[in-house]
Amino acid sequence: MFDANATRRQALKCMAWAGSGLLWTIDGGVPKASLVGSAQAAVGGFSMVQISDSHIGFNKPANPDPTATFMEALRKIDALPKKPDFIIHTGDITHLSKPKEFDDFDQLARTAKLDFHYVPGEHDVIDERPGEAFLERYGKNSNGKGWYSFDHAGVHFVGLVNVHDLKAGGMGNLGVEQLAWLADDLKIKTASTPIVVFTHIPLWIIAADWGWGTQDGAQALKLLSRFASVTVLNGHIHQLMQKVEGHVTFHSARSTAFPQPAPGTAPSPGPKLVPAEQLRSFLGVSSVTLTRGKTPIAITDTTLEG
Amino acid sequence: MNLRIALSIFLLAAPAYGAEEAKVTIDNFVFTPATLSVKAGTTIVFVNHDDLPHNVVDAKGGFKSKALDTDETFARVFDKPGEIVYFCGLHPRMRGKIIVTP
Repeated sequence: MFDANATRRQALKCMAWAGSGLLWTIDGGVPKASLVGSAQAAVGGFSMVQISDSHIGFNKPANPDPTATFMEALRKIDALPKKPDFIIHTGDITHLSKPKEFDDFDQLARTAKLDFHYVPGEHDVIDERPGEAFLERYGKNSNGKGWYSFDHAGVHFVGLVNVHDLKAGGMGNLGVEQLAWLADDLKIKTASTPIVVFTHIPLWIIAADWGWGTQDGAQALKLLSRFASVTVLNGHIHQLMQKVEGHVTFHSARSTAFPQPAPGTAPSPGPKLVPAEQLRSFLGVSSVTLTRGKTPIAITDTTLEG
Repeated sequence: MNLRIALSIFLLAAPAYGAEEAKVTIDNFVFTPATLSVKAGTTIVFVNHDDLPHNVVDAKGGFKSKALDTDETFARVFDKPGEIVYFCGLHPRMRGKIIVTP
């Protein structure tokens, strides 16, 4: 089927456009992604699922019913061969930070019967007092504007918030307070501890002119540089994108609501309108599997199609 | 008395009477016009035509609109001469400038 020479680029392009959920497998501290539908259960490790950009409340032509596609994403997760230990939502839970949007999301999320860990997207902090509604619901054990860490089966998870106090002309922003907290949080961890960082806006710069990057992200990455295995999960750009740099794997998940254009292919990063029958191939979830002491962390991306 | 009330209602209902009004539109993540010169006292109405929300934030912190969903507007009177740089707090690459002349 494929022309072997032409295809890597094409495959990447296709990947960038197919919507999916990502199944992350952490194996020996190195994450591997795979499509949810095709992921294999990790042996002696665990898996978790990343979902992102559910945009509950959005109602424009790019997806008039993001509630339905979010439910489909949950069904995909429910159908996984191995039950994930928890779900990470990398932000833009809602479209406009309205109480009803958060309520609608929570009502559906409860049906998954799994723990969720959240970081906010910029759409979750546009209430009158920015981020108050988000923190009330999801910020119980967090610091500052919602950042926190936790340990699970030997892996250290860090949720970072980069959607507050954005500066004119800038991109995502962590801020000095959060960076100081991060330095302190990582201090007691040994270099062999696998680290999974999750945040909304990419920490690495994907498209500066679209604001797809984090202004002070390099400072966070510097703090992470002594660790042997670092996985950085983000959302925001509504498409798959992956990069490995040394021992750091960056992974952008698909949205469960609507796709956005690849950098440079449209005048703006606004919602990408695709034919209704193709929408689900642009949406999805990511599954992350960690298998201790063996292979790398695996990330599997699955679209909502089929 | 009645006349006074009627007059107040008229004035309240038409606050822009005699004052200038100007418009800034948001399309495809761009404020248009990027630079707008107005006379002091002008009301500027920002209108968002995108499918995603934007807001309007003074880079010096003087004002901040609520998030504007599709076709929502934000109006503000600019009464002090000077230059104001503003941006979208959700998409801070979006910037614009207002020059207020005496």
